[in-house]
Amino acid sequence: MLDLSPEEWSAVRLSVKVALWAMTASLPFGIAIALVLARGNFWGKSILNGIVHLPLVMPPVVTGYILLLLFGRRGPIGHWLDVNLGIVFAFRWTGAALACAVMGFPLMVRAIRLSIEAVDRKLEDAAGTLGANRSWVFLTITLPLIVPGLIAGAILSFAKSMGEFGATITFVANIPGETQTLPSAIYTFTQVPGGEAGALRLMTISIVISMGALLLSEMLSRQAASLFGRR
Amino acid sequence: MSLKVEIAHRLGAFQLEVAFETSGRLTALFGRSGAGKTTVVNAIAGLIRPDRAKISVEGTMFVDTERGIFVPKHKRRIGYVFQEGRLFPHLTIRQNLLYGHWFAGKGEDAADVGEIVTLLGIGHLLQRRPADLSGGEKQRVAIGRALLASPRLLLMDEPLASLDDARKAEILPYIERLRDELRIPIVYVSHAIAEVARLATTVVVLDDGRVREVGAVAEVLARPGMHRLVGRQEAGGVIAVRVTEHDLKDELTVLASKAGPLIVPRVDAAIGSELRIHVRARDIMLASQRPVGLSALNVLPATVVEIGDRSGPTVGVSLDLGGAHLLARITRRSLAHLAIEPGLHVFAVLKSIAIEQRDIGYVFDDREGER
Repeated sequence: MLDLSPEEWSAVRLSVKVALWAMTASLPFGIAIALVLARGNFWGKSILNGIVHLPLVMPPVVTGYILLLLFGRRGPIGHWLDVNLGIVFAFRWTGAALACAVMGFPLMVRAIRLSIEAVDRKLEDAAGTLGANRSWVFLTITLPLIVPGLIAGAILSFAKSMGEFGATITFVANIPGETQTLPSAIYTFTQVPGGEAGALRLMTISIVISMGALLLSEMLSRQAASLFGRR
Repeated sequence: MSLKVEIAHRLGAFQLEVAFETSGRLTALFGRSGAGKTTVVNAIAGLIRPDRAKISVEGTMFVDTERGIFVPKHKRRIGYVFQEGRLFPHLTIRQNLLYGHWFAGKGEDAADVGEIVTLLGIGHLLQRRPADLSGGEKQRVAIGRALLASPRLLLMDEPLASLDDARKAEILPYIERLRDELRIPIVYVSHAIAEVARLATTVVVLDDGRVREVGAVAEVLARPGMHRLVGRQEAGGVIAVRVTEHDLKDELTVLASKAGPLIVPRVDAAIGSELRIHVRARDIMLASQRPVGLSALNVLPATVVEIGDRSGPTVGVSLDLGGAHLLARITRRSLAHLAIEPGLHVFAVLKSIAIEQRDIGYVFDDREGER
């Protein structure tokens, strides 16, 4: 049953690559935004919160289309990146990773924010009296204590990326070998006569990968909790 | 060590306005909960920014709101032992201990670490994690962690408050040794007069955000107004003594003091040991003549120094016993009956069994003299 054709394998590989990149690249931003939302006290905080959560509530097609307008070759950001840094998102796998990162971002930020809010700030004060400045306090106290939240956030982002369809296909289309991720490939199979077998094969793979990610996250969180969590 | 503190700070409806100076080896900030003690130590540590303040330690200005000086907490080198310990749950005990040590630029200087670990008796805990420690062990590690950051001043905010009596008794001797052997100046916050009497050299009494009394502990605790702040049960004085003799047959110990010899139930200390004893005001009787045929073993000549507020049924009487200060609490009727007034020579009667183990503090080094 899992006798995949080269095209199918390429979709699986691409999906995993896109999801890993989306997860890794959005993690630093996720931590930064979660910190700002958890700890910051400034005008416009609820607006920032709203923007972060928009991809969760908007139709994915809209998100994809906005990305196309902004990051397309003629879009203001896409054009600038192309001219100055030579980075192109439109119709490339990088664009798929961007779309997945944006779609998974609210989930990631939410998980990290909750774990930051659960950190006992008195521990940070204690670290301060022991000579640690703010950066050291963050690196040696806050960051290790939120590791379970980071794992949860990262896995959620990864899982979301594995399943992302609407924004990706709108932004970077469905080009085999370049932007055709697992969901796009499954969609393509369902559109052609006799494609059910292929669709089933890819579905199985998709379920196995997602389930594996969830189990891994569960295991890591438990380990982190036994190492760091207890007070 | 000299600590100078002037703070005016508003917290909601609570107004703190304190100013005091101390050069004591262990300065107790004493007062009821809500008196503002923690706010004062938090300001000294740099955990809060007071509205107006001037705080300096040994001439180094940490806060001067007038001149816009505010040294951040991590640059003050002021150790802080919190009531709840606040050990880092993700680090081992060893890593907790070395945390501040590393920031003090000392790496893993084995000699310092070994000394502190031995002093606090925590060597067997090094590989464990905070979650596996008892309350008393956690507090000892917290003390060690603060000390290893080589602080110029150590703040302790009710470090025993969350412990039961047995654990308290376990930790008190360690604090006595910090005070006397390491000679790190300590500011110790407490609402328990027994701890203050046992540990402090100097005491600052806070009440409702104001300083009520400042001075040497033996002197301040014997002031007649103290019972209002301390509570009727525990008010009393502190007397410095030396062990001169153990009576094994009767299981008693004889102590020498400025007030004369004192006999108490057997104390577990070598002959020649310096101790300090907390004597509660309610445990002292006064007699106008030397009483005879009495079961109490301690009858000490005393001079009445001051008489406190006479509006209640009982009255505090400040006594001078050859330079030692004690406080007695008697009824207003007895006061009138014995015609007690300042300057009168009386006899202070103290039952031996009124002195319990928890009233006895150990002094490891008396080079500073006055205490």
